[in-house]
Amino acid sequence: MSGDLIDNLPAVIVAIPLLFAFATPLIGKLSVKLSRLWALLGVVVTTALMYILGWEVLSGDAVVKSYVFGAGGDGLPLIGDNPARIAFSVDGMSAFMGLIMATVAFGAVIYSFSFVRKYSGNDKFFTLLLLMLAANFGMVFTGDLFNLFVWFEISSVAVCGLTAFRSNRGEAFEAAAKYLIYSTVAGLVFLFAIGLLYGQYGHLNINYLAGAIGGQEEMMMVDKIALGLMVTVFALKAGAVPIHMATPDAYSEAPAPITAMFVTASQAGLYAVFRVSFTLYGGNLDITGNLIHIAGWVLIILGILSMFVGVTMALVQKDIKRLMAYHAISQTGYMLLGVGVGLTVLGTGKFDEFGRTAMTGGIFHIFNHALYKGLLFLTAGALIYKAGTRDLNRMGGLGRDMKFTAIFFIIGALAISGIPPMNGFSSKLLIYESVFSFNPVIGAIAMLVSLLTLASFVKVFYAAFMGPRAKGMARGEVPTTMLLGMAVLAGMILVFTFAPALVVRTLVDPAVNALAGSTGRTDASLTLLTGQGYWNAIVFGGAMVLAVIITLMVRMLGNKGTTAKGEGKKPYLFGNSTEIDGRPIVIPGSNVYWGFTKALERYYRPVEKFHSGIVNEYVFWFVSTLGVVILAMVVL
Amino acid sequence: MLGELPYFAVVALAAIGLYIVVMKRNLIKIAMGITLIEAGANLFLITLAYNGGDRLSAPVFTSQIMRLGEGSSYSLPTPHALTLTSIVIGVATTALLLAFIMQVYRKFRISEADELRRLRG
Repeated sequence: MSGDLIDNLPAVIVAIPLLFAFATPLIGKLSVKLSRLWALLGVVVTTALMYILGWEVLSGDAVVKSYVFGAGGDGLPLIGDNPARIAFSVDGMSAFMGLIMATVAFGAVIYSFSFVRKYSGNDKFFTLLLLMLAANFGMVFTGDLFNLFVWFEISSVAVCGLTAFRSNRGEAFEAAAKYLIYSTVAGLVFLFAIGLLYGQYGHLNINYLAGAIGGQEEMMMVDKIALGLMVTVFALKAGAVPIHMATPDAYSEAPAPITAMFVTASQAGLYAVFRVSFTLYGGNLDITGNLIHIAGWVLIILGILSMFVGVTMALVQKDIKRLMAYHAISQTGYMLLGVGVGLTVLGTGKFDEFGRTAMTGGIFHIFNHALYKGLLFLTAGALIYKAGTRDLNRMGGLGRDMKFTAIFFIIGALAISGIPPMNGFSSKLLIYESVFSFNPVIGAIAMLVSLLTLASFVKVFYAAFMGPRAKGMARGEVPTTMLLGMAVLAGMILVFTFAPALVVRTLVDPAVNALAGSTGRTDASLTLLTGQGYWNAIVFGGAMVLAVIITLMVRMLGNKGTTAKGEGKKPYLFGNSTEIDGRPIVIPGSNVYWGFTKALERYYRPVEKFHSGIVNEYVFWFVSTLGVVILAMVVL
Repeated sequence: MLGELPYFAVVALAAIGLYIVVMKRNLIKIAMGITLIEAGANLFLITLAYNGGDRLSAPVFTSQIMRLGEGSSYSLPTPHALTLTSIVIGVATTALLLAFIMQVYRKFRISEADELRRLRG
């Protein structure tokens, strides 16, 4: 590989999806089928280049690949004291995010190949998909605040366009309008924050700004307000409670492969939260230490709220995509919590004690989340494809025909619930243990949320896959390319499940080091050290297989040839009859946890009222959160 | 005092815009409110470009700054570029938002935000 290409890769990786995006409608004029292939080619090329760049950045120690637009090569040209060009800079964290985005986009575009065939406007679909991919890369690569704003807006426009893709549904437009209002207001608030920092320091380049902010005698009011504004805006993009309300709307209305990519677009918002609080304000901890520790607490509180409200709202949903959207919010809480704990203790002795582990867990969870949540949204898409409805109460018996989809769903559901030995467990274990050292109560909440996550996925599995075939379900398995798209992500989950320590070493550690300015990597082994203990998925998996073999052997010792007779033959349902008028009782999905939700009625009533669906109130909550966060930053 | 007038205008525009977005139920009015906030943000950026002084030169020519000599003021070039970009982005988002609002009206005959709440809970 020639050095020239590698030097230009940060720009090329953004440019190629843009080129393919705007050429797609032109090719669509010739043939729609060709435009699909063209878009696939675009994503494949981009993914390949991203892997090369990721290898370059992540294999070394503290490698930063910079690309300055319009410059001859060495550094930023200055006008006066101000750097006058836009620069991309790709460090460990950016490359980490880029790899995730490329991988999920690859799975999503393969899946889309037959998924969108039954809709019109395929070429526009792929145009927006590629545009979204470019915007995602732009958000994580850019080293310039205003450029970040531009990519933020491009991402919003592409996401909203795709949310409204199924234009026969009025709800799709409703969701798109709400999300666009929400994200545009947030974007403008970010623009004000940029203005504040530019007016104060005259820089837009993040590294220059970090130097200027850290180089003062003490923090100015402007710095504090700007940090509060930016953290809240990007928390909105990431979908943190209480500023998440448009996110489940848009997630659930977008077509399934888009929702999978939407997850990575939200994670770009998460990336921006971390980039701003660590890189922009973490330059000189003697000056900014107090402020970013408060920012860490803001992230922790947002994280706890997201985890808990997200999962409890998911438990009562009957729309399968909306349910999964609330889970995405809940899982985002883990990332905010993990990295928030790291930020709270950054620069103190506790960082080495447990802060670094918490950050590793939070960032590792971004990786795992993108894979399993992407997979789950794709399986949801497959279910909707066959069932023709998103209502869990009207689905049923789909597992009889969709064996592969059921397997993929189980893999994703176990991973999201943090069941060992799945990859979701590895990252959650790091978070549990380190957060427990930080504050035992928060650690306990994190574990409780995982339990509730499992509970609600049991409900989905029960309602969609099991039971007798419901009316109107199409027979057979989904088309092969849809299965292939799911298989890409499921295969990755299985591979990374058994090598958590290797993922941490090769992908997560450079990202943590890039953010926290620390050094070092974990050892090259398969055992993941969690600070207080260790975790080896292969040993655990082996033990599980052994336990199953022993159980089967014990079972073989029993009397052969016994069969159930009489009453013993009947299914047992807590002593009640399992049939009414000769037909088996089928409990619809939304009644599964009736007792639980009834007991928590006093919690659910205000929380459901909070998600009122009125966009004015959503913006009001955003403004209130802004006010509270800024007040906390300024006063404390 | 007069030099600070634009900042008051910025605050007024943003506050009125935000008031409209939070308080007015009509979706078209919400779009208008967003445009007002945007105008505030743009005015804010462009105001930042003028760093005082009476010998303001055109922003883009670095040679002219050198000709005017040390200590002379010039209008900063970057905020002009920023404002232009943000205006273009604003046009795109406003157009898209209006298109969505129009489609919502076509599907449901609803133009009020407190009636448009099929997605909730």
